[in-house]
Amino acid sequence: MSASAVFILDVKGKPLISRNYKGDVAMSEIEHFMPLLVQREEEGALAPLLSHGKVHFLWIKHSNLYLVATTLKNANASLVYSFLYKTVEVFCEYFKELEEESIRDNFVIVYELLDELMDFGFPQTTDSKILQEYITQQGNKLETGKSRVPPTVTNAVSWRSEGIKYKKNEVFIDVIESVNLLVNANGSVLLSEIVGTIKLKVFLSGMPELRLGLNDRVLFELTGLSGSKNKSVELEDVKFHQCVRLSRFDNDRTISFIPPDGDFELMSYRLSTQVKPLIWIESVIEKFSHSRVEIMVKAKGQFKKQSVANGVEISVPVPSDADSPRFKTSVGSAKYVPEKNVVIWSIKSFPGGKEYLMRAHFGLPSVEKEEEEGRPPIGVKFEIPYFTVSGIQVRYMKIIEKSGYQALPWVRYITQSGDYQLRTS
Amino acid sequence: MTDSKYFTTTKKGEIFELKAELNSDKKEKKKEAVKKVIASMTVGKDVSALFPDVVNCMQTDNLELKKLVYLYLMNYAKSQPDMAIMAVNTFVKDCEDPNPLIRALAVRTMGCIRVDKITEYLCEPLRKCLKDEDPYVRKTAAVCVAKLHDINAQLVEDQGFLDTLKDLISDSNPMVVANAVAALSEIAESHPSSNLLDLNPQSINKLLTALNECTEWGQIFILDCLANYTPKDDREAQSICERVTPRLSHANSAVVLSAVKVLMKFMEMLSKDLDYYGTLLKKLAPPLVTLLSAEPELQYVALRNINLIVQKRPEILKHEMKVFFVKYNDPIYVKLEKLDIMIRLASQANIAQVLAELKEYATEVDVDFVRKAVRAIGRCAIKVEQSAERCVSTLLDLIQTKVNYVVQEAIVVIKDIFRKYPNKYESVIATLCENLDSLDEPEARAAMIWIVGEYAERIDNADELLESFLEGFHDESTQVQLQLLTAIVKLFLKKPTETQELVQQVLSLATQDSDNPDLRDRGYIYWRLLSTDPVAAKEVVLAEKPLISEETDLIEPTLLDELICYIGTLASVYHKPPSAFVEGGRGVVHKSLPPRTASSESTESPETAPAGAPPGEQPDVIPAQGDLLGDLLNLDLGPPVSGPPLATTSVQMGAVDLLGGGLDSLVCPGPLWIGGPNFVAPPAAAVPASLGAPIGSGLSDLFDLTSGVGTLSGSYVAPKAVWLPAMKAKGLEISGTFTRQVGSISMDLQLTNKALQVMTDFAIQFNRNSFGLAPAAPLQVHAPLSPNQTVEISLPLNTVGSVMKMEPLNNLQVAVKNNIDVFYFSTLYPLHILFVEDGKMDRQMFLATWKDIPNENEAQFQIRDCPLNAEAVSSKLQSSNIFTIAKRNVEGQDMLYQSLKLTNGIWVLAELRIQPGNPSFTVRLSLKCRAPEVSQHVYQAYETILKN
Repeated sequence: MSASAVFILDVKGKPLISRNYKGDVAMSEIEHFMPLLVQREEEGALAPLLSHGKVHFLWIKHSNLYLVATTLKNANASLVYSFLYKTVEVFCEYFKELEEESIRDNFVIVYELLDELMDFGFPQTTDSKILQEYITQQGNKLETGKSRVPPTVTNAVSWRSEGIKYKKNEVFIDVIESVNLLVNANGSVLLSEIVGTIKLKVFLSGMPELRLGLNDRVLFELTGLSGSKNKSVELEDVKFHQCVRLSRFDNDRTISFIPPDGDFELMSYRLSTQVKPLIWIESVIEKFSHSRVEIMVKAKGQFKKQSVANGVEISVPVPSDADSPRFKTSVGSAKYVPEKNVVIWSIKSFPGGKEYLMRAHFGLPSVEKEEEEGRPPIGVKFEIPYFTVSGIQVRYMKIIEKSGYQALPWVRYITQSGDYQLRTS
Repeated sequence: MTDSKYFTTTKKGEIFELKAELNSDKKEKKKEAVKKVIASMTVGKDVSALFPDVVNCMQTDNLELKKLVYLYLMNYAKSQPDMAIMAVNTFVKDCEDPNPLIRALAVRTMGCIRVDKITEYLCEPLRKCLKDEDPYVRKTAAVCVAKLHDINAQLVEDQGFLDTLKDLISDSNPMVVANAVAALSEIAESHPSSNLLDLNPQSINKLLTALNECTEWGQIFILDCLANYTPKDDREAQSICERVTPRLSHANSAVVLSAVKVLMKFMEMLSKDLDYYGTLLKKLAPPLVTLLSAEPELQYVALRNINLIVQKRPEILKHEMKVFFVKYNDPIYVKLEKLDIMIRLASQANIAQVLAELKEYATEVDVDFVRKAVRAIGRCAIKVEQSAERCVSTLLDLIQTKVNYVVQEAIVVIKDIFRKYPNKYESVIATLCENLDSLDEPEARAAMIWIVGEYAERIDNADELLESFLEGFHDESTQVQLQLLTAIVKLFLKKPTETQELVQQVLSLATQDSDNPDLRDRGYIYWRLLSTDPVAAKEVVLAEKPLISEETDLIEPTLLDELICYIGTLASVYHKPPSAFVEGGRGVVHKSLPPRTASSESTESPETAPAGAPPGEQPDVIPAQGDLLGDLLNLDLGPPVSGPPLATTSVQMGAVDLLGGGLDSLVCPGPLWIGGPNFVAPPAAAVPASLGAPIGSGLSDLFDLTSGVGTLSGSYVAPKAVWLPAMKAKGLEISGTFTRQVGSISMDLQLTNKALQVMTDFAIQFNRNSFGLAPAAPLQVHAPLSPNQTVEISLPLNTVGSVMKMEPLNNLQVAVKNNIDVFYFSTLYPLHILFVEDGKMDRQMFLATWKDIPNENEAQFQIRDCPLNAEAVSSKLQSSNIFTIAKRNVEGQDMLYQSLKLTNGIWVLAELRIQPGNPSFTVRLSLKCRAPEVSQHVYQAYETILKN
């Protein structure tokens, strides 16, 4: 059904640590992995699923490490990848960084975690906050009889322990919207979508019951609020953290949950409503073979005048053999980053409605390179605080705990660039 | 402090030193030593020699140390089975430890020690742990049952652990339930026949409740388990779907995909007319699109599955083309999959956008991606007729770029475009010919040669072009050689005067100098054709080609249905059934979608099964390669054009000694009795010549072979009739009848010896027939049949024999052999022996199907002199597996609505109108069936049953 064994390999394919969960695949099979990967890569047929004989390898890469699961059966592939990513997440929360060194430094805990994360190929407890309650980092000094499984592990509420206490009960709500944009070389928008996430930072005592109210159009229609002055937003697809009662949401669109403690992502949503691209780029890249490249980029802030985009970075591709850069910008500064073959034009603050210009000039060698180069798109990064493109709003956050304390919710809105690409011709 | 220091001791005599440290009295030192051992183990050093010393450290109250020792045990127990026994006592003790963490740890580790001797000791502790008060221990014990089963299945069954595990499904703790489900599913997978999971509406309800409470992983176990269940009707399917849909909002992609699997499977049972069906379709699209924002590996799994979903239910994502547009930084495997889905979704409505994208991709730098993009343009041309012209001009633009691999791909797809739209785009041939020299890939060369051969009359220097290829004939790949051979023969037939020498040359190259049997055979066929009958040769070689369809790469419908049941798994990523890549008998049960009503029903919806579409509408799907070979071989299968009978064919194919000996002279003129000669003593009239005609493709669904499952019933049995009179069979008289009882068909025979000699060595064989009737066992006449003796035999039949449409449909040709001779006769079987026990159609389905079947398929009959009332009619018919679904009284007439199903899955729907007051006792019968040929015979069955 799932993984037979899980390996963490270094960049050369040497196993750093592994755990054999089922014993039906010889552990030496992993030796075939790296040669296979290299071969597939050369053939241009690299895929996240490789097979050697009857053994199947499902792998992901994290920084310089490969996490590989093996199986002989018709395993649930999505479960395995999802588990591998979860494993990375747990390790990162334990060790800050997951890399060769952190595994070596903590191999005892890595073993303990691998033992707790999965049993016989079935993922078990993968919530790092709960795991940290009974698998601790400072060499486990717990004596018999003292260390207990937190009941949370097997509870229906498996993400929050009982008995949490705060002096001041607060919840911070971050509504973050990322704009994904794909524009073709003629300047027409191919794809524009908003992927929103609502992140919570919870400092609440006890087992609080929370209810989040949004200006969700479906909810408004259900409750007869539509037609009122309230503007509502149609969420196309919503995904929730496991703490949210999905059937309740399915029934009456109520978002009710007992939150985990601390930081977590409560939900994400997607909207494919066309919005005007927030930062619009027009570019002219003229390449004069053997002599020079001339680049002209115009950026326009197409959002409300009151708003300001911060940390704007526009990266414009240049040929890899370009040299002697010269720039001229109407605002901000431009920098050539040769290792990425781009010019990055940074603008600290970019008010809505404004239009700026950047010109760049590069020399090209007289002897041309042989291999052809791709045409990477122009990428844009930005952040606009106090603003959501979709118009989504938190209407209320109700917090009820049996001790009856008063808790304060704080809400912050931000819109940022997601996968924001404009193709060049 | 970090653990990395444990890796650094690489001195000589390390093992020896470790041994000493392990046996140290100091706890801290011991622990340090064990850590060093584990560190060595981690880097792959063999530290198994320390086994006894490490095991000695097992009895400790330090949890961390215990875990490390357990880890060591799991690694080395298998190589030291005898010593592993030493650990058993501690395990047993730990299983009773007051700390649940230790109990669970012990039971978890014991299950991982795959040593037979240890498993026996595991049973008692495991039994206790399964009933432990702490859910953490119970959930670990549940998994341990699956581990133990993997080592010793018999032991698990004998100890009754499976029952305990089943009980855990009702446990109060959701995580225990989830693990119990996972363990049971795992065990059931290796024992497909065992009804372990025993899914029924009650247990399903429990699972659905647990679904709301358990962890994300538990939800996946439960959803995957639910996907194995087949609801009893559409209402149950709908109610399960309603409770599963909220999972589509889960943040974990794997939960979403498993939920999609359940929904896609159960949707099959829902009628498309239901409002809920439409709602469900709408609910599926957004989560599928969102999966594309997951991590690339999960995106890849999602895309491979979307590829299946788009083929199964194109309506779900038809408006979502844009989300499949390729991004610059997508990994190549994601790009290629997106491209594939784009083509599947391409339609007239979005083709302009798709083409613009494809053109953009075709100028990228990644070779594999570019190739696929070029190919995609060709596929669009074939798929969306309105776009063909634009596609061709795009391809020509790309050819102008002179990028070698782009040109070659373009030529390969242009060949297909020529096939699809003959005589439309030949003006581009000149441009193609300019690029002849740059082609170095076999597929492109073959395509170009095909084009030259096919359009030889329009290419002035076609002979020169082909001749230039001929020079290096033996260095070419088979594909190119075959194509070259065919192209030159075509050229010769078109321009015989100038090319005689060329054709001689290629024929001799192919037949005399080649080791390749395909090439030689094709060469000889051409040679003989050309030398005996050039006119026929022309007809064959230059025959009109069947059109090609855009959907040549569609997954075959039954495989697609199977793969839908495996959404999210490796099978869905490979697009192969698990049996193709999972070793041995484990986990290779074929899954199939639940039937909506019947197989004939589901094959009617065009998007599910193109093969079932009515003849004429369905373009012939032929593979793009080796097409000419296909044309040639068809010759043998069609009716002979003229000339002598194909005696050789029937003799070669007739591997049956029963029908062989001495009868060669009685060969029939058509391939009627393939496998033997025609019958000698036909009691019925001679068989019409038209019978030799090939079976229309539309009938193929008629012969879909599925035998009915039986419930208790006995159909009407006609009295025995004489089938073979004694005078025609040298004294052997055969009479018989057909019966159907408890789902099995048999032929009841009475053999009488009216000759003067003893008869022995009886055998029987059927010719191919419309419903694949065949003896299920040999004819068993135990003792020799003396003169004047009679013997009664019941010969069991099945319906899995070869199928050929007969005229009349229910004609059965039989050959019986004894020591004297072989005799032939034919008989007509009553159709009701083919009515299966599960022929009762759901009421709604009946209505839908009745509407769905076109009116011209309706046949009206009258059954006279039938004085029965509605009840009597209904019960009489029911015993022959004609089921009354509804009854109505309209203006004094009783209307009965009935259904029946034939062994090959064809449904027949009937409306029976009975007028109680009618003096002539006439019953009116309307029959509707997708295969109207059977109506006449169904009517006869009605008449026979009602009048007896």
